[in-house]
Amino acid sequence: MEVTKEHIGLSTERYKVDIEKGHIRRFCQAIGDTNPLFLDEQAATESAYGGLIAPLTFPVALSDEKVTFPLKLDVRRMLHGEQEFIYYKPLRSETSYTAQMKVADVYEREGKSGKMKFIILDTEFRDDNDELVVVSRTNIIYRTLQGAMK
Amino acid sequence: MTVTNQMRLVQWGEVTEGQMLPTYEKPPITKVQLVKYAGASGDFNPLHTDDAFAKEIGMPGVIAHGMLIMGFLGEYVMQLAGDKALVKQFSMRFGAMTFPGDTVTCGAQVKEVNSQRASLELTAKKQDGTIVGMGAAIITFPIA
Repeated sequence: MEVTKEHIGLSTERYKVDIEKGHIRRFCQAIGDTNPLFLDEQAATESAYGGLIAPLTFPVALSDEKVTFPLKLDVRRMLHGEQEFIYYKPLRSETSYTAQMKVADVYEREGKSGKMKFIILDTEFRDDNDELVVVSRTNIIYRTLQGAMK
Repeated sequence: MTVTNQMRLVQWGEVTEGQMLPTYEKPPITKVQLVKYAGASGDFNPLHTDDAFAKEIGMPGVIAHGMLIMGFLGEYVMQLAGDKALVKQFSMRFGAMTFPGDTVTCGAQVKEVNSQRASLELTAKKQDGTIVGMGAAIITFPIA
């Protein structure tokens, strides 16, 4: 299926994500990140944050396999080109959020080997007051199948 | 351990445009680390954990998750910010592939700064200087 501008705005249902301190700990151990703001309850509580928070890239660890995306993408064509996190508030440990993934944009650019297509997927995380906490923005380079076989 | 005694914490009121901030060299990437990252992040693409699979698709062996490299840069940015500055925006464009045994060094340069906000240009480089990630961050200070 070809992805076009008509798909902009397609989204998943809203789903709940729970941020658990044990999950943050495992994520930090994998990276080798020892920042006490993520791991040391007392130090984090005494800090300006007033409690444990999650690492900047942690939103990528919050996908839910049960959530289906209404746009079928061909994984062979997908290249993760760029990733961005836009924070409105810190993401807090032991807290639940509501998440929703959307097609934020679809566009083409002239590349070295012809036209390249880009798909921007935004996953928005909102708190209990329905206020935005963080947007995790994934820029996918969606190659033509011909390009994918090179 | 307190939050404020980290080596790379920056005095944000004193930085100037163009200033290079202290770099951060990570230990060499290991295969065990890639398995741990797969488990913790939920990215189970066998390209990162299964050498036989990686070879089948033309790689010399497993490659590191791009998001692990971004995790290193994120770790670094939070060391610079401590609890003295908020990271409002953080992005990375993926560069060359990274393999087990590679050592990644994170660096930052101040692009713009005023009394409450700084924008940083970030780089993640391998031991031979190859760029594995080009990033940017916007931070604000002080934390209210």
